[in-house]
Amino acid sequence: MKSQEGMTIIVKTVTRISVWLIFVYGIYIIFHGHLTPGGGFGGGVIIALGFLNVFLAYGKEYIKKWLNIGLLHDLEATSAILFVGIGIIGIAMTGGFLANFLSKGTLFRLFSAGTIPLLNILIGAKVGVALFLVVWSLSLFHIDEGGEQ
Amino acid sequence: MPIETWLIFILGFMIVGSIMALEIKDLLSSIIAIGIVGLALSVAFLFLQAPDLAIVQFLFEIFAIIILILAFLKKEYHKKDDPSNTNKILTLVTVITLGAILFFSIDVFKALPAFGEPYMNTAKYYLENGATETGSANLVSAIILDYRAYDTLGEVTVLFTAILGALTIIRIKKKSSGTEEDVV
Amino acid sequence: MILYILCFILLLVGLYGVLTKKDLIKIILSLSIMGYAANLFLILFAYKNDAIFPILSESAVQEAMVDPLPQALVLTSIVIELGITAMLVALAVRLYQKYKTFDITKIRSLSG
Repeated sequence: MKSQEGMTIIVKTVTRISVWLIFVYGIYIIFHGHLTPGGGFGGGVIIALGFLNVFLAYGKEYIKKWLNIGLLHDLEATSAILFVGIGIIGIAMTGGFLANFLSKGTLFRLFSAGTIPLLNILIGAKVGVALFLVVWSLSLFHIDEGGEQ
Repeated sequence: MPIETWLIFILGFMIVGSIMALEIKDLLSSIIAIGIVGLALSVAFLFLQAPDLAIVQFLFEIFAIIILILAFLKKEYHKKDDPSNTNKILTLVTVITLGAILFFSIDVFKALPAFGEPYMNTAKYYLENGATETGSANLVSAIILDYRAYDTLGEVTVLFTAILGALTIIRIKKKSSGTEEDVV
Repeated sequence: MILYILCFILLLVGLYGVLTKKDLIKIILSLSIMGYAANLFLILFAYKNDAIFPILSESAVQEAMVDPLPQALVLTSIVIELGITAMLVALAVRLYQKYKTFDITKIRSLSG
């Protein structure tokens, strides 16, 4: 019974279904950031909360198998670099840092507003991964015993 | 009811909630009280016509509660020695000082623009030209990612640094405690 | 004006917690209360009577909108606040590991 990590079977079953809906909702919020309320920050936190949901329901060992934590670190750093990269491309194309160099498109369409959706996606990935990593590293320690496990 | 009445009610609720969060002995109740304050702030943002902020504040409040509970809930330190008992004289002096600050700063608030009548010099330009210049229907997104993208870049940098700092602090602990054990 | 004063009282409650509490957790909570008050203060400035949120919609006619600039500033401020909270929690956890207490007066008297 040592392997009985996480919460009960009911919570695990519900999580298995609901977590994908949470991810879809987060991605929707990110992609529609230039049309509706929300955007990169809100959607990123929703994605982080989805990861957190799995983490709380299934426990540490499952997450270690399910996710590649090193890859998440890389993803976080990559999105920060790409943000600056888009800014530098803006200098090359139009002469201003972070200038909007893509076509504006039609108002109220999903693919419009130039670089704004791209930057929203990058911010969403960065915020989501970074916040999950903080909780992940905080949970690696049992500070009751005054030391790591 | 006018919006001002609602906001006065919500703000009063927030003040009571934060005083409770600070004065209550039980740690879990204290963290939950802070969560209530944050959610009330989210409702206040909705009343003030800021749905972007309401969403973000709501989610971040949930996240902050989870972090605080994960980090602090398991400890029984406040049963052994009670660090929440404070010096009575110090508390009295602080309350009197803060009350004096409040009393003398009331004049300042009279000089501010009245509630509901902002100046909106810069905002007028954004509201008139924002949609055509950026192609984004959400003008808040247009500001944070186009007009003031430098702000967002700085903010991403600050977030990156804060998260990196948290990770570094936690990782140092692992190594230093290991060496301490080696020494002992 | 009463709204501004109430918001300032909220800030002062947070300041009171920072100044008088000895518990590190309570100090972290007070800092976040101060952050709430500061954010709300900026948004109170932005509100305009009978105006709607600053998001255009396809069907509706152009109406008066509230000021979007403070909203953009506060949006970044909220995110930074969460990062600060996470970092403070990490610091507090580390202090607890070293000193076995959250009482700042005891932490001060213990050396090394």
